[in-house]
Amino acid sequence: MSRSTLIFILLGISTTLLLLFDLSIGSVKIPFGEVCRALLGGDDGSTSRAIVLNIRLLKSVMALLAGAALSASGLQMQTLFRNPLAGPYILGVSSGASLGVALFLLGAPLLGVEAHSFIQSLGIAGAAWIGAAAVLALVLAVSRRIKDIMVILILGMMLGSGISAVVEILQYLSSEAALKSFVVWTMGSLGDVTTSQLWLILPVVVSGLGLSVALIKPLNLLLLGENYARTSGLDIQRTRMWLFLSTVLLAGTITAFCGPVGFIGIAVPHLTRLLFRSADHRILVPGAMLAGASLLLICDLISKLLVLPVNTITALLGIPVVILVVIRNHKFFS
Amino acid sequence: MSIQLNNVTLSYGTRTLLDRVSTSLPASSLTALIGRNGTGKSTLLRAIAGLGSLHDGQISLCGRPLSQISPEERARTIAFVTTEKVHIPNLTCEDVVALGRAPYTNWIGRLQDDDREIVGHALEVVGMSSFARKTMDAMSDGECQRVMIARALAQDTPIILLDEPTAFLDLPNRYSLALLLARLAHEEHKCVLFSTHDMDIALSLCDSVMLIDTPRLHNAPALQLISQGLIDRLFTGAGIRFDPVTKGVQLEKSSDF
Repeated sequence: MSRSTLIFILLGISTTLLLLFDLSIGSVKIPFGEVCRALLGGDDGSTSRAIVLNIRLLKSVMALLAGAALSASGLQMQTLFRNPLAGPYILGVSSGASLGVALFLLGAPLLGVEAHSFIQSLGIAGAAWIGAAAVLALVLAVSRRIKDIMVILILGMMLGSGISAVVEILQYLSSEAALKSFVVWTMGSLGDVTTSQLWLILPVVVSGLGLSVALIKPLNLLLLGENYARTSGLDIQRTRMWLFLSTVLLAGTITAFCGPVGFIGIAVPHLTRLLFRSADHRILVPGAMLAGASLLLICDLISKLLVLPVNTITALLGIPVVILVVIRNHKFFS
Repeated sequence: MSIQLNNVTLSYGTRTLLDRVSTSLPASSLTALIGRNGTGKSTLLRAIAGLGSLHDGQISLCGRPLSQISPEERARTIAFVTTEKVHIPNLTCEDVVALGRAPYTNWIGRLQDDDREIVGHALEVVGMSSFARKTMDAMSDGECQRVMIARALAQDTPIILLDEPTAFLDLPNRYSLALLLARLAHEEHKCVLFSTHDMDIALSLCDSVMLIDTPRLHNAPALQLISQGLIDRLFTGAGIRFDPVTKGVQLEKSSDF
């Protein structure tokens, strides 16, 4: 058995165990056996079954989806930009999605959209996609002309800060009810997702992940740079468009429903590369999805134990990885 | 003919680099592309590789107009080694060479047995078999250049273009790389065209020399270009002089140094 296969098996086992842990831990502790029975067995009318299936499962599934989605989008952005520090959060794509959601949530009461309706969910998702797409298009357009990694990063950060300022102005101007729904959204957590929202998120995120898998060969060709990719027969325009779509669907959707979850997208691809010691996307794409799902489950567990928002945990775990990458790549920056 | 230029006009921005030039290169030949800085060596190579556009005229590869060849077919006709340095952590030499098989592999890039054989052969030809499992970020410029040539070989194309392959190499490495290119042309029967500033390599090791003399293009065996005084005219000036005997450039003795 090859090293990669072994790591895949271990990652699979750890993700499953973490999922069970996540389902068992909470305000009421439910033993593993009961969690398994609730998942596999029939309706026994027990309270623990209701808690596991109706409350915790949704949140755990969201952690799985969000971890996989953010990691896959980060990985493909790093390859597309040929920049080890690219990621949906760093390059302002999540901020773009936030602006979209802010505009929608603060404007929705004026349009007469009811809170917690399916229309509202769809509106949030659509607004996030448009916002994410706008920022990504801008960063891509600039990166076509300026190859400097630092310039792109600074641009992404400035865009992010600028957008935050605009969002604050919007908050200042908006009504109390609208403001409340937006503030609740920005605190973003995996647990606020409703079942009806999950039926919107699941197919979209799965299609985004599917696109990521379909783009494995183009991603590998892009490793050597655009000229090599093109002379290997790759249609670079079409590849860029599919990568764009996949990134917007993955990062946009997760940001729309979980709020801005930082640093997973940038950190997990690096952890995956370290773990598998590979640059091959046939290993990295599924590897990053599994590792991302595991890591976000860990973050969720910590956030439950310490009663903290999950964003703060991902930031505290992700930032050291980013700093490590910056130090290791210091020759790029000097 | 492997590469054929018909009345090709090439420009960079508003500057005309080549004006209605025609020439051709056969299979099993090694050709050096020389010219002063900014005369359009890279632009011409990129145009032949299908990476840039022509202002006018036509380029044909193996008898077919470039404009009628799909990107997939082009990838099976022509391989390009660029000046970009590829130092990717965790990517082994074997992985890089295997990427050359992309035009022949399935949607996920899975290698078959014959693909692996071709990758192994390519690494052997460039003398890098023992580096197969090493990663690119730990190698010297000369070693990287050889791996990128192996990648082009694995692409299994009748034509290979190289943009300044000797630029970052020391003197012994330059010659061994040039000898490798000559072997690819004569033993593997490739049409090899590379740009270079190494006059002695271009003039003494190649079957023919393509000289950019803006806006014209001369393509002839080295001795013929020298006897016509073309090399002399292009590379003389600013206190240096081309010496037809040593095929090198020398400082003029009467200079002010």
